[in-house]
Parts: sequence; structure tokens; C-alpha cells
Amino acid sequence: MSVLIFIDQSEGRIKKTSYEALTYGAKVAEQIGTEAIGVLLGTSSDELAALGKYGVKKIHHVADANLNHLDAQAYAAVLAEIATNLGAAVIVVSNNLTGKAVAPRLSARLKAGLVSGANALPDTSNGFTVRKGVFSGKGYAHISIHTPVKIIALSPNSYETRSGEGTAEVVPATTAAVASKVKVVSTQKITGQVPLSEAERVVSGGRGLKGPENWGMIEELAGLLDAGTACSRAVADAHWRPHHEHVGQTGGSIAPNLYLAIGISGAIQHLAGVNRSKVIVVINKDPEAPFFKAADYGIVGDAFDVVPKMIAEVKKLKGI
Amino acid sequence: MKILVCISKTPDTTAKIAFTDNNTKFATEGVQWIINPYDEWYALVRAIELKEKDPSTIIHLVTVGSADAEPIIRKALALGGDEAIRINSDSSDSYTIAYQIAEIARQGAYDLIFTGKETIDYNGSSIGGMLAELLDIPFVSLATKFELNGTAATINREIEGGEETCEANLPLVVSCQKGMAEQRIPNMKGIMSARTKPLKVTEPVAVEALTSVASFELPPAKAGVKLVDAENVAELVRLLKEEAKVI
Ligand SMILES: Cc1cc2nc3c(=O)[nH]c(=O)nc-3n(C[C@H](O)[C@H](O)[C@H](O)COP(=O)(O)OP(=O)(O)OC[C@H]3O[C@@H](n4cnc5c(N)ncnc54)[C@H](O)[C@@H]3O)c2cc1C
Repeated sequence: MSVLIFIDQSEGRIKKTSYEALTYGAKVAEQIGTEAIGVLLGTSSDELAALGKYGVKKIHHVADANLNHLDAQAYAAVLAEIATNLGAAVIVVSNNLTGKAVAPRLSARLKAGLVSGANALPDTSNGFTVRKGVFSGKGYAHISIHTPVKIIALSPNSYETRSGEGTAEVVPATTAAVASKVKVVSTQKITGQVPLSEAERVVSGGRGLKGPENWGMIEELAGLLDAGTACSRAVADAHWRPHHEHVGQTGGSIAPNLYLAIGISGAIQHLAGVNRSKVIVVINKDPEAPFFKAADYGIVGDAFDVVPKMIAEVKKLKGI
Repeated sequence: MKILVCISKTPDTTAKIAFTDNNTKFATEGVQWIINPYDEWYALVRAIELKEKDPSTIIHLVTVGSADAEPIIRKALALGGDEAIRINSDSSDSYTIAYQIAEIARQGAYDLIFTGKETIDYNGSSIGGMLAELLDIPFVSLATKFELNGTAATINREIEGGEETCEANLPLVVSCQKGMAEQRIPNMKGIMSARTKPLKVTEPVAVEALTSVASFELPPAKAGVKLVDAENVAELVRLLKEEAKVI
């Protein structure tokens, strides 16, 4: 028996969300009294043994360059084989963009019940139940898994990474060759920005900013805070900002430690994508803006007055 | 070409979320129902666009739901699509739902299956991947763009910090999100013709659920906003650093 944790990489570098999955998986293993084993697909330039500090004793590495790019079909086939060989009782993946493609396939392949978007450790006191977010952040559901093998897709930024001492033994693994049927021909990455899905802090702008020409201060503040940038749907629809920045019920869903909303009214559909953020700060000139009801901190004021002051204060704090 | 579009019925985006029966059921009283926005705006509209380019394309819609899902599927037919299939089951287990759709998909020999990226109620984003695995065909998730040239598809999908362009051959399952298409409003002609489009009802095949909902819960309420004066931005920055510890 074991807990198997899928380690996700991009261009050979381990993703931050994988550290969360490793920490979580090690804790689950401790809880059910078994060992935690990591599995990495594709070649990697990172020091894998060092991942032992998150609590895994062993890492099975399928260093096959054919697996460097995501093909959910190939990934699920390889992971299923390894999980079966190792007698995995629980499989943990991050519910990041890769996890959303792979976990459901793996679930159907192994007939193993899946909880996607889990945000707490399993409750094993009576069966096996895992909490997840439902209704776009407006509720939680406790889902019971009834199958011998269980799959948990952990919501990004919902379980804190913890590291201690220890190195992992890296075991080279081979599996039956799986040809990828999805060929990646090019990648378009937005450089020089914190990707929204991985950002711990997010600065977000709404229609209150009046036009795309006013985003300079948003980007400057985001840069100073090492934050990603987001926007409301109204802003993306007006083409003031690129679509991938649109958060909310019909855009991206994020849960950073800090969400700073500037000139956004806080419509229920907007909140649905950001209400899981740990700390919400709202800057809006209308004291009646609904966003204040969902906020932890707020300033009633004009963004064009408050944001430059905030930039100056953060600079002061950083000694710039 | 034959396209199958998966349609789900979800509470309206402004619906108040509450639970009944000792927190084991979603309180549906007074709730307005809509087509899951990802299914409607992105999956269905992109399928319609493909048919507009190649009118020989056949679009079928499928939903797994009880009879009260029919107004939703008619609404979807008003936007487009040739006929609809309702599988008469109200299961909320993703695997059970995917299993039912896979059955229909096999019978219909579809070249392309579109789903939305997730439903806004259970937020599972699981049906597309499970369906693809059950059919043993490729799955491209979180697509923002889809072009077809014969049986070769070029698809953009979201990755952390950007997008990547991939190529794959039909048959395929694709989950759709923003970028795929623009929202459309049904017109009078669409609404009229939807009334007479075939809507077949089939009974589910037997399959064991892998999961079930034990209970629901509302997230803890916020303590309330701490307001800082606009003339004292330094205080906000101090609070964020020293109290909230987020910067
Ligand atoms: C089905 C459906 C799905 C939707 N999905 C989403 C979604 O995913 N994401 C989303 O964001 N929206 C979504 N919406 C739209 C949503 O309802 C709102 O219309 C939208 O979020 C409004 O964007 P906004 O807050 O930027 O603009 P507005 O509502 O116009 O608000 C602008 C705010 O800026 C403030 N303001 C103005 N000037 C200043 C200033 N100088 N300084 C400070 N504050 C100022 C105003 O007081 C106001 O509160 C959806 C709607 C529907 C019907």
C-alpha cells in the first residue's frame, strides 16, 4: 500500500503546486499509516532527491522525453500502470491545469473515485470523505469515495507547503511505451509576469479604471508586490486587458493569499472566481459597492488617488 | 462530421446557495436554472460556428438529467444543434454521468465531443476527461481556440502562464472555455424551430457510482471589512504587512 503523488513539471521544472501536492500526500500517508511515493513523468533539470524535504521517501522517475508535454491519455496510462504496480491506495495530484486533464482520465481508467478541487485533508474516521469547493466558491461539499483506490485532486493554494529534513531516493522507472496523440507545436508564454494560476498575490482592475491606458499603475503595483494581474469580465470584454486575466464565474478561478480589487464593483459573478482568496482588499470610490461586503480590508476612495499613494508606501516599505 | 455537445443544467450565476435536509441537498426552491455558461457560450457556440462553415455537420446535444432539464435543452436547441438526447438520470457522480454519455457517444459514432471546462455548480471539470478515457480517444482540456482542417484539429489550450498550440486528429474530446467563441443570444427563428427539433429520452445503463455527496456546508462568513481612511494609505500597507502578513 502507498500514497502516490503526481509531480507536475513544465519545461523540466517542478511546479509550485506539486510541492503542495507532495506535502498534502505525505500527510495523507501519515494519516493512513503508509508511505508516500512521488512520480514524475518526463525529463527534469531539477534536483529530485531534494523533494524528500516535503515528506516523500521515494520518487519514481519516468525520464522519457516523450512525456515532457502533457497528453492526458499517455499520462493517465503511465500513472495507472505505476499506481497499480505500487498498490497505491490514494493518488494525489494538484488540480492545476494538468491535473484537470489527467485526474478524470485516471479515475475512469482505474475505476477509482475522484474528488477534484479538494481543499482539506480526507476524513477517514468513517469511510473516506474529502471536502471540496462547490457552487463556484459559495459552498463546500463533503464527497465520499467508495472505491478501494481513491484519487484526490488538490485545489491550488489551498494546502500550505511545509518542508523539513530528508532526501528522497530517486528510482528510474520505465513503463510500456505510450505514444502521445496530442502534439504540442508551439508555446506562447507571457513573460515577465507572475502567472495568475500560481500567483500568491493578485492585483485586479475593473471598469472603474476608465481605460486600458490607466493600467500602468496596476502593473507597477503588481510588480512591486510580486503579484499577478487580473481583471473583471467587463474589462476583458472591452478588450482593455487580455482574456486570460478575466476572473470570475465565467473566467479564471483563483485563490491567492492576497486579492487586491481596484475599481471593481464586486458583482456576484466576479466574486465567484475570487472569493476563496485568503485576504481581499477593495479600493472603490463607492462606499455601497457590494465588494466591501466580501472584503477584509478596504479604502473608500478614488483609485487614481489611492493607488499611486499605495505604490509610494510599498516602495518605502521595500526601501526603494 | 458529427459533433456531440454536452449540456448541463446549473443554477443561475446569481442564485442564492443554501442547503436543506440536514445539509445533504441543495435548496432548489426559487432557483432559476440556466445552461452551464461554459457549455453554452463556448462549447455549443463553437460547434454552431463549425456547422456554419460546413453545413453538412450534424450537431447533437446530450444532457444527463431528469425531465426538469428539458427547458434547458430546448433553450440550447434554440441557439443551434439538430437534435438532443436526454439520459434520464439525476446522478451527481461524475463517473456515472460520463459513463452514460459514453454509451450515447459510442452509438452515435461522433467525430468530435465538446464539453464546457467545468460546471458552475459541482466545479468538477471531470466529465470530458472521463468520457475520453471511456472511449479511449485523446482529450484536450481548457481549450481557448479550435480549428479544424479535415480530420486534423489545431487547438490552443491554457497552460500555467500562457497557452500552447497542439495538434491532434479526430475523434477527440475537447473541454471549452473563454476564447473559443463569443456568447450568442437565441433569435425568434431559433426559438420557434427548437420546439420541433427531436428530443429523445433514453434510460440510463447500469453502473455503480464511485462517489457520493455526504453533506454540504456553507463557507465560514467573513468577519467584516476593516476600512482605512483614503488619506491614510500607509496604515493599509502596514495592516497588510503586520496583521494580514500577505505582503
Ligand atoms: C452569466 C454572467 C456571468 C458573468 N461572469 C463574470 C465573471 O466571470 N467575472 C466578472 O468580473 N464579471 C462577470 N459578469 C459580469 C458582472 O455581473 C459585472 O457586470 C462585472 O463584474 C462588472 O465589472 P466591473 O466591476 O469592472 O464594472 P462595474 O460594475 O462598472 O463597476 C465599476 C466599479 O468601479 C468603481 N469606480 C468607478 N470609478 C472609480 C474610481 N475612480 N476609483 C475607484 N473606484 C471607481 C465603481 O464604484 C464601481 O463599483 C457576469 C455576468 C453574467 C450575467
